[in-house]
Amino acid sequence: MGFSRDLSACGGFLVLLLTLPHLLANDYYISVLILGCLAAMTAVGLNLLIGFAGQISLGHAAFVGLGAYASGLLTTLAGWPVLPAIVCAVALTGAAAWLIGIPTLKLSGHYLAMATLGFGIIVSIVFNEAVDLTGGPSGFVGIPRLEIFGFAFDTDLSYYRLLAALLAVQMLVFQNVIRSRAGRALRAIHTAEAAARCMGVDVAGAKLFVFTLSAGAAGLSGALYAHYLEFVAPSSFGFLHSVQYIVMVVLGGMGNAWGAILGAFFLTALPEFLRAFEDVETVLYGGILILSMMFLPEGLAGGLAKLWGRVRAKRDAGEAGRG
Amino acid sequence: MTFSDYLQFLLSGLTVGSTYGLTALGFTIIFNTTGIVNFAQGEFVMLGGMLGVFFLSGLGLPLPLALLLAVLATLLIGALMERLTIRPVQDAPVINLVIVTIGVSILVRGIVQIVLGKDTHALPPFTGSAPVSIAGAAVQPQSLWVLCITCGLLLLLRHFFSRTLWGKAMLACAFDRKAAFLAGIGVRRMVLLSFMISAAVGATGGVILAPLTMTSYDVGIMLGLKGFAAAVLGGLGNPFGAALGGLILGVLESFAAGLLSSAYKDAFTFVILLLLLFCKPSGLFGRRGFERV
Repeated sequence: MGFSRDLSACGGFLVLLLTLPHLLANDYYISVLILGCLAAMTAVGLNLLIGFAGQISLGHAAFVGLGAYASGLLTTLAGWPVLPAIVCAVALTGAAAWLIGIPTLKLSGHYLAMATLGFGIIVSIVFNEAVDLTGGPSGFVGIPRLEIFGFAFDTDLSYYRLLAALLAVQMLVFQNVIRSRAGRALRAIHTAEAAARCMGVDVAGAKLFVFTLSAGAAGLSGALYAHYLEFVAPSSFGFLHSVQYIVMVVLGGMGNAWGAILGAFFLTALPEFLRAFEDVETVLYGGILILSMMFLPEGLAGGLAKLWGRVRAKRDAGEAGRG
Repeated sequence: MTFSDYLQFLLSGLTVGSTYGLTALGFTIIFNTTGIVNFAQGEFVMLGGMLGVFFLSGLGLPLPLALLLAVLATLLIGALMERLTIRPVQDAPVINLVIVTIGVSILVRGIVQIVLGKDTHALPPFTGSAPVSIAGAAVQPQSLWVLCITCGLLLLLRHFFSRTLWGKAMLACAFDRKAAFLAGIGVRRMVLLSFMISAAVGATGGVILAPLTMTSYDVGIMLGLKGFAAAVLGGLGNPFGAALGGLILGVLESFAAGLLSSAYKDAFTFVILLLLLFCKPSGLFGRRGFERV
């Protein structure tokens, strides 16, 4: 029952995403939608980590960057075809996360946040310093566009359709993970960690699984980003971007998968409407994080659901009063 | 490499390590009373240096007064942080509190960036910049100031925690909040106090180091990260272990930069942190079997 409901929800979501470009007046907005989808892929993964494993990653932009650079380098320097390069990049990102997760997720407490913060900084340093390989601060160009079995995704619209489909599939998989053994384990930990441990739940293992999965999603998003823009530079994967992904999750609603997508699209579109965005970006992110936690801990998605519930309760009460 | 080179590395490591130690101390004090890792700790250090620059060259105050005001202003900001952002959500899950501290850290950075600009600044050294020669190693007088002030501050805090009623009350909160509350200790007030002390200690670290390493709006992240590594090294929860952890980390980093590679010296800290978490998460001076929450 759970799966068929997810299937119809994700199917409906896909239809919504696919109709969006036709409602927009300007082709330019398709590129905003593409970036929105890419951000959503990372945010959905991060949401899994924050909302279900109760852990924060302050280095998710570095995982995105790792995916982007790995796939970019494999296709340009090593001359690999795009698809295997992306697969390899995702595996590499997952492996990096796994290595960081082993020591830090054994401990309860927020060691992972610090470790990923450090990891993000190191990755930034390497992207900037290893000039021979990465082109340094100015980045490197000439990454090929995505091509699968001879079909080249040359136009923005075709690329967007691919991403929309991938995002819907990702949602389906992740909803499934939440219901899987690891997901159940994590929810058990959430309710009563001691009881869960007594029942033989491998707390560290479940957290590690989710962290690796979420970093893999970030790596995939990064690789697809590189093959869309055909260019990568370290400035797209800095600390502030890691914070941005957290803001997407928190604003959308921690633990609410659809909320993360809402947050991702909202924050990606925001600079288009806010001209002074670059000056106030940092302050805005900080403010959103604090205010959401104080006044809207369940995020926009949770807030909307609550509002809807209140409206319905009032309507029902009204009907009862009349009857 | 001669003996004086090694001495040079040691002294510069101890100097930078002092600030790591003070940052780590701040982490520990807040961790003990609240159980949360305060991600805004590095920003306190940044605020010390940047506000010092602002009071000195922006307002034209004399150096000692400017530095004192910078520390006091940061202390006030620490108090405001606790009252305005931590206390309203104190009953929320720990992860929400941690996100709030991340938010405060970003907000403070953003405000400083807008108000004081993106430039890098340096404070003038307290007493001249003519190096003193110690056994062949050239030492900046500022390094001696850093070491002396750090030692002084540590002694003061030691006295506070072991001899005064307020300090003992804070220690009681660290052992068991509920028991402390039942014994009549105002736990909320202790949390407020811990934010104030942490902010002041961090700002002091920032003020004394700014003449040597320069400061700008974005130094907080790195200092916070190193401070945290130092706190883990010393055993999170043990204030003086944390300070010692900072010194050890500073010295290790100084030798790594001098003997291996200076571009990747920051990576070195991170590797130490991961190795430490892997092998001995209770730190060098932490209690064994200490349950971390």
